[in-house]
Amino acid sequence: MSDILLEPPPSPFVDAKQHSEANHLGMWVFLATEILFFGGLFSAYTVYRWSTPEAFAQGSGHLEYWIGTVNTAVLLTSSLFVALADLAVKRDDRRWVTLHLAAAWLLGALFLALKAYEYNQKYLDHLVPGPNFDPHGGAPQVQLFMFLYFAMTGLHAVHMLFGLGALLWLLWLNHRGRVSSHRADAVAVVGLYWHFVDCVWIFLYPLLYLVAR
Amino acid sequence: MSLLVTPPEIETPMPSYLESGHTVRSWLLTLDHKRIGLLYMAAITFFFTIAAIAAALMRIELLTPQGDLVTSDMYNRLFTVHGVLMVWFFLIPSIPSALGNFVIPMMIGARDVAFPRLNLFSWYLFMAGGLLALYSILGGGVDTGWTFYTPYSSTYSNSHVMAMAVGVFIAGFSSIATGLNFIVTIHKLRAPGMTWSRLPLFLWSLYATSLILVLATPVLAITLVLITLERVFGVGIFDPKLGGDPLLFQHLFWFYSHPAVYIMILPGMGVVSETMAVFSRKPVFGYRVVAASSLAIAILGFLVWGHHMFVSGQSVYAGVVFSLLSFLVAVPSAIKVFSWTATLYRGQISFETPLIYSLGFIGLFTIGGLTGLFLAALPVDVHVHDTYFVVAHFHYIMVGGMVLAYMGGVHYWWPKISGRLYHEWTARIAAIITFIGFNLTFFPQFVLGYLGMPRRYHMYPEQFQTLNVLSTAGASILGVGYALPLFYLGWSFFYGRKAGPNPWGATGLEWQTASPAPEHNFETTPVVTTGPYAYPEGNDMP
Amino acid sequence: MNFTRLPFAFFLPERASTIAPRVDGIFLGLLVASAVLVALLIALNLTFLIRYRRGSPAKRGPIKISTWKLETGWISATTFGFLGFFYWSSRVYLDEERPPAGAYEINVTGRQWMWDVRHPNGRREFDTLHVPRGRDVRLLLSSEDVIHSFYLPSFRIKQDVVPGRMLSLWFNASKEGTYPLFCAEYCGTKHSQMTGQVVVLSPEAYATWLGAGTAPEGVLVHGRQLFIKYNCAGCHDQPSQIHAPPLQNLYGAMVPLADKSFVRADEVYLHDSILLPNKQVVAGYAPIMPSYQGVISEGDLLEIIRYLKALAQQPASTSTSSLP
Repeated sequence: MSDILLEPPPSPFVDAKQHSEANHLGMWVFLATEILFFGGLFSAYTVYRWSTPEAFAQGSGHLEYWIGTVNTAVLLTSSLFVALADLAVKRDDRRWVTLHLAAAWLLGALFLALKAYEYNQKYLDHLVPGPNFDPHGGAPQVQLFMFLYFAMTGLHAVHMLFGLGALLWLLWLNHRGRVSSHRADAVAVVGLYWHFVDCVWIFLYPLLYLVAR
Repeated sequence: MSLLVTPPEIETPMPSYLESGHTVRSWLLTLDHKRIGLLYMAAITFFFTIAAIAAALMRIELLTPQGDLVTSDMYNRLFTVHGVLMVWFFLIPSIPSALGNFVIPMMIGARDVAFPRLNLFSWYLFMAGGLLALYSILGGGVDTGWTFYTPYSSTYSNSHVMAMAVGVFIAGFSSIATGLNFIVTIHKLRAPGMTWSRLPLFLWSLYATSLILVLATPVLAITLVLITLERVFGVGIFDPKLGGDPLLFQHLFWFYSHPAVYIMILPGMGVVSETMAVFSRKPVFGYRVVAASSLAIAILGFLVWGHHMFVSGQSVYAGVVFSLLSFLVAVPSAIKVFSWTATLYRGQISFETPLIYSLGFIGLFTIGGLTGLFLAALPVDVHVHDTYFVVAHFHYIMVGGMVLAYMGGVHYWWPKISGRLYHEWTARIAAIITFIGFNLTFFPQFVLGYLGMPRRYHMYPEQFQTLNVLSTAGASILGVGYALPLFYLGWSFFYGRKAGPNPWGATGLEWQTASPAPEHNFETTPVVTTGPYAYPEGNDMP
Repeated sequence: MNFTRLPFAFFLPERASTIAPRVDGIFLGLLVASAVLVALLIALNLTFLIRYRRGSPAKRGPIKISTWKLETGWISATTFGFLGFFYWSSRVYLDEERPPAGAYEINVTGRQWMWDVRHPNGRREFDTLHVPRGRDVRLLLSSEDVIHSFYLPSFRIKQDVVPGRMLSLWFNASKEGTYPLFCAEYCGTKHSQMTGQVVVLSPEAYATWLGAGTAPEGVLVHGRQLFIKYNCAGCHDQPSQIHAPPLQNLYGAMVPLADKSFVRADEVYLHDSILLPNKQVVAGYAPIMPSYQGVISEGDLLEIIRYLKALAQQPASTSTSSLP
């Protein structure tokens, strides 16, 4: 018997439309789980911000405001390009699909590069939670803020990495001619995921960077 | 008196799913939901066995008040292993991932689930998580209890917490993938004519279960991540010495773990609904209300987590609110019990093994559920929280309820799974042995709890010994009841009488196809024209 | 409803507190209701199983009565029955939850794996709690390390003991005798050995017992010793160079904070101010108080809090530095 996994499975679907609807529903359900996943961290953030507001203000003050702001713009623009790619798919315009997806990917990578720079700065400033942490004259709970900062943006960055992988996969699919207005859902469904990751950032930005402002 | 119909020879060009490939590879790389269901069944049986051995050692230790069989440290690791494996590696995947995977597509008239590759991946996630859990156990285990309360688990415990937490974390993604797959499958792949109001109640139960699987499990995942990070970096997220709050852990943990217990009962209720209908040859009484109750249980189940924390130091008024909601969440379950009883009225009842298990479920789940009311009553809970009363309560529901329903489901769908019939009298006797052994094990524990014996106690005061001895005696009988099916079901797989497509004479699309199930389930897509339990008028035999 | 004459049964532990009969009342009420319901269900199920077994001559066919009425009936009955028990149990809980004013306070610290009990005059005991019969007793509970739980089954009371929090429990022991004390929250290796007893004595016997301990000092003397030992006096005594808020009338007062809000100085405020002094800074003072986290044990911390409470009850003319 030939390799079952590599062959396309006998489709449980009646037609492409049903398959597409199932993919969309699946992605929405998955995004619901992601809301709950991040929700746990948002809950922890809420509890500690309510009980130690000054420590959070101090911690937020240690973050580089400009990096957060630039990153927000970068990610929003990246989402714009993914939306444009989806429109290009519906026009069957393979060339513009490639260009838009590539732009989205590059901006996403730029986001992560800026994040890496930011994390490195924090490491040099002894703001990474753990034995080398230095609260810079603030309350000990500044370490809690920094922990939540790393946990929330770190989890977000992991999701960005998966998203970048998915965008590469879309570029490859498009290169092979397997993206078309008849099977548009790959770009649309990955797009949903990418927009979601962007939305999470839109919540993280004010909660982490704008506490003291 | 039995329902067996002499099977006509069915000419089917499709091989059964058991014959479509005999290599190990054809099983390990299968995309067939039926084979994946069996892979899960084998895996959970393995983990159940380890957890049961842990329980046996605990019960033997508890024959005497002193701690003379194992050390306290070892005892603490035994009850932790028992809880972790039973909850996450047996009960939660049992009916959904093992039976559900097998049955759901056939029940709705589809060829497979919506995402077959995701389905196989979910099994590998489960195995990866299980392997990490095994690694943790072999390395010495964990001694925090399955509830991992902080700061003991995050700062003080010297055991392999991280490996176990990461193992459960990975297995959690298996749950999420399964739930997601089921939701999309039930929404999108129903056969023509199968409207929502014609959906068998097993599917309503699994749909409600899947909602909980996808929405609650992520919260557990993030909580386990936080414990792990706390152990690695020591930042104080749950450590009061650094400004953290141990109660934050409890809120996050129980926000998942209370809905989780509904994951561990709703599927069982679904099996009971099916078997009550088939073996009374009647529709389940009050179909719409029973379906709505499944959804009500799922939704209300998210609102009651604080009843695990009445004495933790949460506010008095929060306690009262959670108490009210906990009393209310019992109502839909009670409705189901009444509806099942009413299903028997004017039926044509035959006493096959699946019905015996379901009747056992109704009795034991009712007792377990009623004792939940005791726990919802604040002053009583203050007294019995963290005692054997709670242990008895949840075992009545999880074992007396869910495990019996799982066994009932396995027996009910056994002809479809194996193409064989098991030996009916042996199976009935095993069911009765299980029922008797179960009650003798756990009823004394209600008494022990109200008398004041705390749980997770390696040694106990002498006045509690008699009841403990009774409980251990019951456990030895229960063990026999568990072991017997392994033998006679295994035997029947190879030597049992061949079953026809529909040995029970049941309605339901899975019974309109050959036994064992054909590889792609149906020759042609069935079309549904009636409700789910359309037994002939007057309930005559076919 | 007076439950003091409730029947006893083999499955009930002794009743040694004033709340125990009320708890047992609810338990027995639920038990009777459950037994009735279970009996009803068994009877119905058995009747149907026998009467409607396959091939029996009993009448089959569609039901004539309205099923909607039946369903509405049992849904309403169940809901109202359950809500009735909710009302009863919450009533008892809310009535009994708040400790009466003027309760006699004993400090209890839990640590792996023992109970450290300190009476108001400084007398200290381990794994045993002596109390007088018939008096409202309030326990102030804290933990040195992990979560424990203080459980007295004969009194029907339990309270988790959580590190970083000050929690309390109250009771009125109604019967003299010795009763078990258990730790009821899993806390590590010797969790099942973290047990002890509570000894209820007559008020006279308790007073004798209390006075017989080593060097029974008053709260003020004993507390002042700790106040000096931990160098609180260095900043908080009146003629001090360092600018620190005076403490003699602090307990129970409204404290103005630096962020312009107010907080009442109760036990929790005092507990947190010593361990996490920068959490709530008093208005007009710099945040220079060092944290005593890891420096002071929970037991001594409770004693200092008791001292500050006693100080606030002194006549106003007394200042801190004039105490012996």
